[in-house]
Amino acid sequence: MAVLLIAEHDNTSLKDSTVKSMTAAKALGSPVDILVAGHNAKAVADAATKIAGAGKVLLADDAQYAQQLAENMAALVVELAGKYDAVLSPASTSGKNFMPRVAAALNVPQISEIISVDGPDTFTRPIYAGNALQQVQAGAGKKVITVRSTAFKAAELNGSAAVETIGAAKGPGVSEFVKDELSKSERPELASARVVVSGGRGMQSGENFHLLEKIADRLKAAVGASRAAVDAGFVPNDYQVGQTGKVVAPELYIAVGISGAIQHLAGMKDSKVIVAINKDEEAPIFQVADYGLVADLFKAVPELDDELKKQGY
Amino acid sequence: MKVLVPIKRVVDYNVKIRVKADQTGVDLANVKMSMNPFDEIGVEEAIRLKEKGVVTEIIAVSVGPQATQETIRTALAMGADRGILVKVDHEIEALTVAKILAGIAKAEQPQLIILGKQAIDDDSNQTGQMLAQLLGWGQGTFASKVVVEGGKAEVTREVDGGLQTLRLNLPAIITTDLRLNEPRYASLPNIMKAKKKPIDEKSPADYGVDPAPLLKVLKVTEPPKRKGGSKVKTVQELVDKLKNEAGVI
Repeated sequence: MAVLLIAEHDNTSLKDSTVKSMTAAKALGSPVDILVAGHNAKAVADAATKIAGAGKVLLADDAQYAQQLAENMAALVVELAGKYDAVLSPASTSGKNFMPRVAAALNVPQISEIISVDGPDTFTRPIYAGNALQQVQAGAGKKVITVRSTAFKAAELNGSAAVETIGAAKGPGVSEFVKDELSKSERPELASARVVVSGGRGMQSGENFHLLEKIADRLKAAVGASRAAVDAGFVPNDYQVGQTGKVVAPELYIAVGISGAIQHLAGMKDSKVIVAINKDEEAPIFQVADYGLVADLFKAVPELDDELKKQGY
Repeated sequence: MKVLVPIKRVVDYNVKIRVKADQTGVDLANVKMSMNPFDEIGVEEAIRLKEKGVVTEIIAVSVGPQATQETIRTALAMGADRGILVKVDHEIEALTVAKILAGIAKAEQPQLIILGKQAIDDDSNQTGQMLAQLLGWGQGTFASKVVVEGGKAEVTREVDGGLQTLRLNLPAIITTDLRLNEPRYASLPNIMKAKKKPIDEKSPADYGVDPAPLLKVLKVTEPPKRKGGSKVKTVQELVDKLKNEAGVI
């Protein structure tokens, strides 16, 4: 089965989600070709050649792919899809944006956010915010799949695929890019950080997030938030961890002042180790936490900062 | 201009769902059903555009069993002008819904279609994008701000790195994210008025669409439970355990 994997990137670096999605793609069949559609994105294509299992790396380098607008991306992927039996993309906001257009153009259903490949046409995906798992079998047509990359191990990076430059496809010209307002941070990216420190409504204000930032800097962690904290305006939307925000699975997740609503748990419950700091002993977050500390966060977090400092972090 | 707001009847977001013992699905017997929260935001946005004088008519559309009429009535009570119910008695998938909606769009000629970004039951996040492709329209998904002006829609989207703004030719598709607006509650007089608003009943065949399932659901199971619940007494104990027991710092 020939598979096309669409790379997630920002024109300069290849996202880890692509490397993880490769593991899902390889479980489906081979060869797995990787599409890098971007602008001045040669470095991304070069990085993709290292992913073990890559057949070849297709580079469509054109100004119209600079922001990966859904209409243009779909036109390109549909043009390429003829040669492939399955098309996969990480379930990022970008993949979620263009992949359903690809599926509709190919007249097949999309299988969203798979967490395992159970057979050549059988997949498991979460429904109801992860409160149930659905196993589905695809029909005879091409498979269009988005991958919850945190559910898959990263592929090795010892490959040496070749880059093949391809032309752009004609987009429908119905949308144009106006501007990006992207958060700038020196910290690791939330989706791929080894440690995540998240705050909830209990933080009480955006200013108080600096308490978490201090811990994050000591542990080289990303800072996240619950939906309640984002809705309250403490931090921007791209901090949100949860079913409708980002799904993360770091080695260590520290939840501070987060009660543990179902939709938040859906976004972090696959973390290796979960720490919860909350003054409410009954908070549901403690039911999933490996280490729970019932304490006032405004005392406990500065104490944690001191203790980490004392131990040389 | 006309705006179409597709809405879905789903298990209320406050309900803790139960997986059926025979693994055929989620138990929907005697469970409270409501409008999908993202769709409610879509209805609200359409009403705000009407209040601004941009939109003249709002049509609420749903695909589902007869009881879905209640969900359409909710949209009418919020402020939609009329409804269309496409009756289907089994669960159907996003592509099928998109095909039905494309048929309605061709008949009604709206300039905007505003949908929720995903339904909170199947979490597919597909219908709006598929509909945009089927109609050949531009899309602004995961919208947190919408401005309609001079034959274009400027849509600010919530993306992984922050925000992105696009300008779309009309007609266009918009899918809503949580922070676009806070939906209103219907007032009692408006609930009474909504009872008189018309709801057309249609079938998928009216739009030439076969509602047969496309994917086969083999089973629905409960996710593995995470074992948690251990407590530590002090910050010092926490740091010690993270370092020496879990080995993660």
